[in-house]
Amino acid sequence: MTRGDWPLYEVFVRGKRGLNHVHVGSLHAPDDEMAVHAARDLYTRRNEGVSIWVVRAADITASSPDEKDPMFAPSGDKVYRHPTFYEIPDDVPHI
Amino acid sequence: MSTPPLDRAADDAALQAHFDATLAAGQRIEPRDWMPEGYRRTLIRQIAQHAHSEIIGMQPEGDWLLAAPSLRRKSVLLAKVQDEAGHGLYLYSAAETLGADRADLTDKLIERRQKYSSIFNYPTLTYADVGVIGWLVDGAAICNQVPLCRSSYGPYARAMIRVCKEESFHQRQGYELLLTMMSGTPEQQAMVADAVDRWWWPSLMMFGPPDADSPNSAQSMAWGIKRHSNDELRQRFVDMTVPQAEVLGVTLPDPELALDPATGRYRFGAIDWSELQRVISGEGPCNDERIARRRAARDDNAWVTEAATAYAAKHAS
Repeated sequence: MTRGDWPLYEVFVRGKRGLNHVHVGSLHAPDDEMAVHAARDLYTRRNEGVSIWVVRAADITASSPDEKDPMFAPSGDKVYRHPTFYEIPDDVPHI
Repeated sequence: MSTPPLDRAADDAALQAHFDATLAAGQRIEPRDWMPEGYRRTLIRQIAQHAHSEIIGMQPEGDWLLAAPSLRRKSVLLAKVQDEAGHGLYLYSAAETLGADRADLTDKLIERRQKYSSIFNYPTLTYADVGVIGWLVDGAAICNQVPLCRSSYGPYARAMIRVCKEESFHQRQGYELLLTMMSGTPEQQAMVADAVDRWWWPSLMMFGPPDADSPNSAQSMAWGIKRHSNDELRQRFVDMTVPQAEVLGVTLPDPELALDPATGRYRFGAIDWSELQRVISGEGPCNDERIARRRAARDDNAWVTEAATAYAAKHAS
């Protein structure tokens, strides 16, 4: 295995306690442990994180990013899932 | 019933239309979207060239790491050079989302089949050069890069946002270094003046050839890969920098530099484009040295890669 064959890892960083891990980029590493170390050096040089996840890109299953994808069509016509769908008189408090 | 080739043509037209509509709506293109081959190719070339510039850009300043005048200056310079490595990696990572391979891009750099910014082919002769690089070279880079945070290609734009956040420290540490030297001895002030004289014109060349000689710009603008023309960005840089030079108390080496009261912008003298051509085509003062050192870094450190790979293989089983 050469450098070119090192697997690609996607890196997720939790910025601070109370926040989700967010995708920040990717890197190549020979194994999981080295991926975490490299991610620390590359993506948290200025206290950008308190926790890092790395996952091999090959292990991610993704939908198509295309917004017209039928995958997301079922939620498109269900406006009644949003609170603004319902008309409530102005004088009803706390709703 | 249509034949398969016609279907493909119709599919391609639909894909192109969807791509165009996404751009027109100001939306970002993401890695798994369909995109025209030219868009992909142009982006890979631009991002790779940008990544190479960050990596090669470690060298001119790296030359001063062991000669920094104080522990404070050394810590700052180390952090800056490490940032440049980080910027290169963010960008290689963005290029890989387009199907490029980083090791292959590095090979292309070393074989001179891909370029990097011409500015890094100039030598750093004194410590004042470290300050001037931060102020002028990183200042020019910021002018170039801030609009790229709105690049139409999502991963590139996101990488540029990270880069720009960090670049601001680079410029400020350089300017502060120069302020310190300008309040020092006459020798130190002379070093700053000399460094500014040497870096001013090459910094203006960083924005690339004049618009009239930049044939690919129109397509890149249409694709949202490029947001402003070379000449516009160059003018912005001059307008930003002249007042900074005044505060610093240095004279920029251009007798024609003058504020145009009608436009509020600075007029400046003619740039020697033959110099840019020479440096780009490999005849700058340090082209050979830069590439040789990058090659040595790849080859001499290969054993580290091999050791890490062997360790990973052993522990995987």
